[in-house]
Amino acid sequence: MSVPLGYYLILGGVLFAIGLCGALTRKNAIAVLMSIEIMFNAAILNFVVFWYYLHNGALTGQMFALFAIAVAAAESAVGLALVISVYRHYKSVDVNEMRSLKG
Amino acid sequence: MNELVKQQWLIPFLPLVAAAVQALLPRTARKLSAGICLTAMGASCVLALRAFVGTLGHHEAERAVWNFVWFDYGTTRLELGFILDPMTAAMALMVAFVGFWIFVNATGYMSDDENFTRFFCFLSLFAAAMLGLVVANNLLMLFMCWELVGLCSYLLIGFWHFKPSAAAAMKKAFITTRIGDVGFFLGILLLSWQAGTLNLYDGGNGALEQAGALAGIPGWFGWSMATTIAMLLFIGAMGKSAQFPLHVWLPDAMEGPTPVSALIHAATMVAAGVFMVGRMFALFAADTSGLALNIVMWVGCFTALFSATIAVAQFDIKRVLAYSTCSQLGFMMMALGAGGLAPGQFHLLTHAFFKALLFLGSGCVIIGTHHEQDMRKMGGLRKYMPVTFGCYLIGMLALAGVPPFAGFWSKDEVLLVAFQRNKLAWGLATFAAFLTAFYMTRQMFMVFAGKWRGHHEPHEVPWNMWLPIAVLSVFAVGLGFFGAQYGHYLGAHGEDPHGKWIVMGLSVAVGAAGILLGWIVYGRRTMEHADEPDPLAVKLGALFTCLNRKWYVDEFYDATIIRATMLLGELWRAFDKLVIDGILHGIAWMAWGVSQVVRWVGDEFFINGGFDAGCESVRLSGREFAKFQAGRIQGYLRILCLGTVILLVIWYLK
Repeated sequence: MSVPLGYYLILGGVLFAIGLCGALTRKNAIAVLMSIEIMFNAAILNFVVFWYYLHNGALTGQMFALFAIAVAAAESAVGLALVISVYRHYKSVDVNEMRSLKG
Repeated sequence: MNELVKQQWLIPFLPLVAAAVQALLPRTARKLSAGICLTAMGASCVLALRAFVGTLGHHEAERAVWNFVWFDYGTTRLELGFILDPMTAAMALMVAFVGFWIFVNATGYMSDDENFTRFFCFLSLFAAAMLGLVVANNLLMLFMCWELVGLCSYLLIGFWHFKPSAAAAMKKAFITTRIGDVGFFLGILLLSWQAGTLNLYDGGNGALEQAGALAGIPGWFGWSMATTIAMLLFIGAMGKSAQFPLHVWLPDAMEGPTPVSALIHAATMVAAGVFMVGRMFALFAADTSGLALNIVMWVGCFTALFSATIAVAQFDIKRVLAYSTCSQLGFMMMALGAGGLAPGQFHLLTHAFFKALLFLGSGCVIIGTHHEQDMRKMGGLRKYMPVTFGCYLIGMLALAGVPPFAGFWSKDEVLLVAFQRNKLAWGLATFAAFLTAFYMTRQMFMVFAGKWRGHHEPHEVPWNMWLPIAVLSVFAVGLGFFGAQYGHYLGAHGEDPHGKWIVMGLSVAVGAAGILLGWIVYGRRTMEHADEPDPLAVKLGALFTCLNRKWYVDEFYDATIIRATMLLGELWRAFDKLVIDGILHGIAWMAWGVSQVVRWVGDEFFINGGFDAGCESVRLSGREFAKFQAGRIQGYLRILCLGTVILLVIWYLK
C-alpha cells in the first residue's frame, strides 16, 4: 500500500483535464471522440480507486467500472457511426464546419 | 246559432290560408294560384251562406257571440270574439259572394299580368281581412282587420307601382285613411277606458250594451261620452268610407287594377266605414240629443251631393264610378244618421252588387278597348260588346234608381228615412239622386252609343270576365224586392209609412228627369270625335271646369295642409340641422378633442412608447444572446465548462 489515494485522484483529474482539453480544442471529430474516451477512463479510474480504498470487499465499484466500459464502448460505436454519416454529408470531419444549428 | 258562431272564424281563415299558400307559390303557378284562391273563397261563401241560413229561422233579431281570451297583461285582459247576427251574416255573405265573382273576373282581367300570383295573394289576404272585420265581435279585432284591409288596399292600388300615378295614389290612400284611423284608434282607446272592455256584446257587459250608461257620462267638448266616442269612431269611418273631407283618396285609388276597384273601392272595403257605424249604431244613437246621428247624417248628405256633382264632369270611366261610390256611401251614411239602420245597411248590400257589377263592367270595357279609360275615346260599344252592354245597362238603371231595379228600392228607403228626419237633407239627397241618374246616362251614351271613336277595333271579353257581371246583374235586378224582409230581419219594428208615396213618386220622377236630361244633352246627338268638347262644358263653362277639377279640393289641400306640413317639415329640418345637429356635432368635436389628447399623451407616449422600449430591449438582448448560439458544439462545451468551474469556485468559496 505504498501509493496513497490522492495520487490516483490526481492521475484521474489530469486524465480528465487532458480529455477535456482535447474535446474542446481538437478540430477532428474522431479526435474529439477519442478525447471523450479519455474522460470516460478518468471517471472509471476514480470508481475503481475509490472502491479499492474505501469499500474494499464489496463488488459495487468493479461492477460500475465494467458497466461504464460497456457503455463507453456502445457510445463510441454510436459516435463513430455519427461521424461517418456526418462525413458523408459534409465531406469533412472538421467540427468547426458543423454549424447548421447556428442561431 | 250558438254552434254556428263557433265556426265563424273559418270564414276569414280559409282565404287567409289561401293567401299564405299563394305567397309561397312561384310566379308561374298561375292556374294553381287562381284555383286555391277561388276554392277558398267559394268555401267561405258556402260557410257564410250556412251562417246566413242559420240566422233566418228566427223571428227576433237574435245574436250569438263567442268570446275568448287572447292574452292577459298585468290586470288587463284582452279578448277577441266572433259574432253571428243578421247584420254580420248578410254582410259576410255579400262580401264572400261578390268577392268570389270578382275573383273570377280578375282571372280574366289579370290574365296577361306577370305578377298574377302576387295579385291573387293580396286579394285573398284582403278577403280574409274584410271577412274578419265583418265577423268580429270586438273592436280590437275589428281594428286589426280594418288596418289589414287598408294595407291590402294600399298594396293593390299600387299593384302597378312602376306607374308614378299609382305609386302616388297608394300613398295618398294610405295616408288619408290613416288620418281617419287616428280618430278611430282614439275612439277605441276612449271606449276601452270608459267601458272597460272592447267586446261589443258580452252577455250584458259588452261595450255596446253599456251605451246607455256612457251617454250619461260627460265627455269632451260638452258632449256626452257616448257622443264623443261615436264621433271619434266616425272619423275613422269617414276616412275608410271616403266621406267629405277625407274623400280625396278614393277617386285616385282607381289607379289599381279594375277588379280591385270593384272589390275594395266599391263593394266591400269602403263600405266597412258604413258597416262599422251600423255595427256601433247603439253608441251613436245612445245620446238622446241625437247630435252624433245628426253629424253623421249631414256629412253623408253633403258627401252624397258633393261627389255627385263632381261625377257629372269626369271623363275617366272609372272616376265617374268612383265619385258615384263616394256619393252612394254618403247616401248610406245619411240613412244611418237619420236613424235608419236597416235602410243604410240594405243600401250597402244592394250597392255592393250593382257597383261591383258596374266596376267589373268598366273593367270589361277597358279590356275590350285595349286599355282605354277615357270615355271620349270610346263610343258605340253596344255593337261590339253586347253582353257587357246588357249587364252594364242593368247596373246603370239600378244605380240611377229606376224601378224595379235593386237601387231603386234601397235608395227609396234611404230617402224615406231622410224625409222623416229632415226635409232639407231629403231635398239635397233627392237632388243628388237626380244627378246620379244624369251622370250615369251621360256615361252610358258616351261609352255605348254613337260610333267608335278610338283607334283599334274593340272586342267582347272572354266568358270568365262577363259571367261574373251577368251573375251580379241578376242580383242587381232582384235584390231590391227583399228590402222589407231585410228590415224585419235586422229587427226593425215595421216601416213608418209617413210620406212614403211622396218620396217614392219624387224619387222616380227625379230618376226619370235625370235620364231624360242625360238623353237631351248626350243622347240626341252623340259625340263624333274624341277631341270634341263636352256639350255640358259648352253650356256650363267655368262651372264645368270647376267640377271637372273636383271643386279644387286637391288643389286646396295642396295649398293648405300639404304646404303647411311641408313648411313645418322644413322648419323642423332646419331646427334639426342647426340646433340638434349643432349640439350633436359639438359633442362630437369635444369627444374628438379629448380623444386627441388621450391619443398623444396616453397612447402614443406612454403605451406605445413603453411597448416600443420593451420590444427594443428584447430585440437587443436577443441579438446579443444569439451570438453565443454559433452552432459550434465546442463553443457550447466551453461555456458549459466555464459554468461548471464558476459553480465549483462559488461552492468552494462558500
